[in-house]
Amino acid sequence: MGRTINIQPVTRIEGHARVSIQLDDQGRVTDSQLHVMAMRGFEKFIEGRPAEEVPRIVTRICGICPWMHHSASNKAVDACFGAEVPPAGTALRELTQVMAHINDKILHFFFLAAPDFVMGAGADYQVRNIMGIVQAAPELAERVVKMRQAGQMMLEKFTGKAIHPVAMVPGGFAKPMSDAERRELLDQAREQLEFARFCMDYAKENVFAQLDQAALELGQITTGFLGTVDSESGTLELFDGVLRLMKPDGSYHDFTYRQYADHLGEQVVPWSYGKFPYAKSWGEGLAMDLDNPKGVYRANTLARINVCDHIATPLAQAELEEFRANFGRPAQSTTLYHWARLIELVYACERVVEILEDPAICKGAVRRPVKPGAGRGVGCVEAPRGTLIHDYTTDDDGLIAEANMIVGTTHNLAPMNMSVRAAAEAVINGGQVTAEALNKVEMAIRCYDP
Amino acid sequence: MALRVAEEWLSSCSGCEIAILNLGAGLLELLRRIELVHIPVLLDHKYFGPLGDGDPDHPDIPEAEVGIISGGVRDREQLETAKLMRQRCGTIVALGTCATHGGIPALINQSTNAELFERYYRGGPTTDPGPDPDQVVPPMLERTYALDEHITVDLYLPGCPPHPDQIAEALTALVQGRDPVLPRKSVCDTCPTIREGKGQLSQVARLVDSPKFDPDQPLSQMRCLLEQGLLCMGPVTAAGCAGSREMAPRCLSARVPCRGCYGPVRRQGNQMLDMLNALASNGVELGSLADRPGLLRFSGAHGRLRPRPAPRKSGE
Repeated sequence: MGRTINIQPVTRIEGHARVSIQLDDQGRVTDSQLHVMAMRGFEKFIEGRPAEEVPRIVTRICGICPWMHHSASNKAVDACFGAEVPPAGTALRELTQVMAHINDKILHFFFLAAPDFVMGAGADYQVRNIMGIVQAAPELAERVVKMRQAGQMMLEKFTGKAIHPVAMVPGGFAKPMSDAERRELLDQAREQLEFARFCMDYAKENVFAQLDQAALELGQITTGFLGTVDSESGTLELFDGVLRLMKPDGSYHDFTYRQYADHLGEQVVPWSYGKFPYAKSWGEGLAMDLDNPKGVYRANTLARINVCDHIATPLAQAELEEFRANFGRPAQSTTLYHWARLIELVYACERVVEILEDPAICKGAVRRPVKPGAGRGVGCVEAPRGTLIHDYTTDDDGLIAEANMIVGTTHNLAPMNMSVRAAAEAVINGGQVTAEALNKVEMAIRCYDP
Repeated sequence: MALRVAEEWLSSCSGCEIAILNLGAGLLELLRRIELVHIPVLLDHKYFGPLGDGDPDHPDIPEAEVGIISGGVRDREQLETAKLMRQRCGTIVALGTCATHGGIPALINQSTNAELFERYYRGGPTTDPGPDPDQVVPPMLERTYALDEHITVDLYLPGCPPHPDQIAEALTALVQGRDPVLPRKSVCDTCPTIREGKGQLSQVARLVDSPKFDPDQPLSQMRCLLEQGLLCMGPVTAAGCAGSREMAPRCLSARVPCRGCYGPVRRQGNQMLDMLNALASNGVELGSLADRPGLLRFSGAHGRLRPRPAPRKSGE
C-alpha cells in the first residue's frame, strides 16, 4: 500500500503552499503536486472601486514586491483614463521600481535561498536559515543585512513608504525629486553596485563553483520562457517594453501588453487555488508531463535572461556573455535561476545609477491631472517573480468594471509542479525519505522564488 | 534563556514579515534575546515533521512564550492554525491590520464566496472555465475575519505594515516582561501640515490631481490635504506609521492622503461612520464620496463589510 508525504508549510518562500508526494508500496514516486493553499480574490474586490485608488490597494497582493503591483496598476489605470505621464514621472517610476528589484534580489538570495548552499542542503533546519548564517558568517551577514536595509531606507526616505508604496499615482508620480536627493541617492546607488559585484563574485566562488551535475540537474525540466524586452533592441527590460514568449527551441514571438490574452491562458485544477497559466498561442493545451510537456513556459530571472538578446548595461552584459558561454540559450537548468538573479541584481544596480546620473529626472512636471472615464488598460512590468499583468476595464465613471491579473509567481505554477516531480524522483530512492531529500525538493521550488 | 517566539501568517501578503526584516541591524540585536522556533518565511520547521509523515489532520507547532500572527482568517486551515498558535503560545500578538481588523483582504466581505469563485474560476479573458477547486485545498470560511473574532488576542500591533519601531518595542517589552508603549493618537495628531479650520469645504475630490505644495518646503508648509479637498482618513485612523522618531505620517511624506491603514483610532471604532461624521460636521456633501464602503478599506472584518445586494436583472 502506498503513502503520501506532505511538506507543509513550504518554507523560505512567500505564501501558503503544500507539496504532496505519492509513493507506491515499493517507495517509488508515482505522483506529486504543489498546492497553492490560499486565495484572497483581488480581481473580485476591486470591482466597483474608483480606478485611481486601485494602485494603492493591489500593493497588498505581495508584501515582498508591492512596487511591482503599484507600477503595473498605475500603468493600467493611465491607459484606462488616457493619461499621459510626463518624462520625469516615468523616470521616477522606473527608478523606484528597479530600486525595489535590488532589495528583493538581496532578500531572496541571502535570506531565503543561500542557507541551503552556505549551511548545506542537509544541515539541521535549526541552523539552515539566515540566523544560522549570522552565527556561521557574521561579517557576511552583517554586510548583507546592512545593504538590504540601506536599500529599503533609500526608497523610504524619498517616497515615505517602502512596503506598500503610495508615491506613484495615475498620471505620474506624487512628488518631484530635488537635485540634492538625486545626488544623495546616486552615491548610495554606487555603493549598491559595488555590493552587487561582491555578491556575484561571492556566489561564483562559494555557491556556483560548488554546483555538481546533480545540483545543476535538480528539478530540471524543458520549457519555454516569458519576459519583457525593448521592442527595438531586444534588450532586457524590467520596467517597460514588449512581451517575448520563447519556445523551448529558442524561437520566439513578441507582442504588446494588450495582446497578452491572445497568447496566454489559465487552466483550473481541482487541487490548487492558483490557476495554471500556459502558452495558449502554441495551440497544444497544457500538459505537465516531464517527458512531453505541452504549453509550459517559465517566467522570473532565468526566463528574462533567456529571452533578452542583450543587456544594455556593461557589467551585466559581460555577465550575460559568460553565462551564455557556459550554459547556452535558452538555459534550462532550474538551479541557474539563482545565477540569473544575480546578473539581474547587477543590471538593476547599473540601471539605477544610470537613471540617477541624468539630472533630467529632476526637471519638469512629474504628474498631470487625469480624467476618470471608460476605457481598458493593460499594464505590465517585470516583477522579481515574473511578468506581472494587470488588465482593467473602467466604466463611464472611471470605476473598475472588470479586472484580470496574472501575477509573477503563477506563471511558474506548472513549471514548479514539474520541477517538484523531477526533484522528488531524483532524491527519493526506493522510499528512503530523508529530511535532506525533502529539503532538496523545496530547493527546486526556491529557485523560482515563489 | 532567550524568549521563544513562533510566527505564522494567515490571509496576508508577507508585508508584515518584511517589516520585521526592516528592523535591520535591530533585528540582529533582537535575535540575541529571542529564539525563533517557527516562522515559515525564514525557518524550515514543518507541520508534519521533517519527513512529512505526520498525521495530516494534526499539524504541529512548537510551544513558545510568544506567538506572532499576521493576516486575517479566511479558510478552515488558517482557522486551525490560529487555534493551534493560541494553544501553543503564551502571548498572542496580532501583527498588522489584517490580523487586527481584516485589512485589505476583508474587502472581499462585500462579495459572497459563490461570486468570488464564479469570477475567479469561470470569468475573465484568460481563464478556461473549470469547477471550483475542492481537493486538498482548505474550504473557505464565509468571509474574512480579524484574528480576535476566533481567538483571544493579547497584544494588537496594527499597521499595513506596522512600523518596525512598534515591532521592536513590542518584542523588547515582551523580553523585559513589561507593557509596550504604543501610539494612542490619530494620524492627524502626528501630521505637521497646516490646518486652518472648519467649514470651507463642500466636496471631497477624487485622487486625480496633485494637491498644492512647494516641493522645496517641508511638509509643515503644506496645507492639510483634507482642507485642500482630498479625502484623507487621518482624523479617524490610528497613529503609528510615522514611527517613534517624530517622522511625519508616511503617506503624507509622499504628499498623498492617508487611506487608513492603521485602522480606527479606538480599536473598536468604525472608520466609515467616524469619517462620515467628521465630513458631515464640516458641511461636506457626502454624495461626493466615490466609494463609501471603501472607507472600511482596512477594517472590513468584525461584520462591518457585508455582501452587496445582487444587481437586479433587467425586466424585473
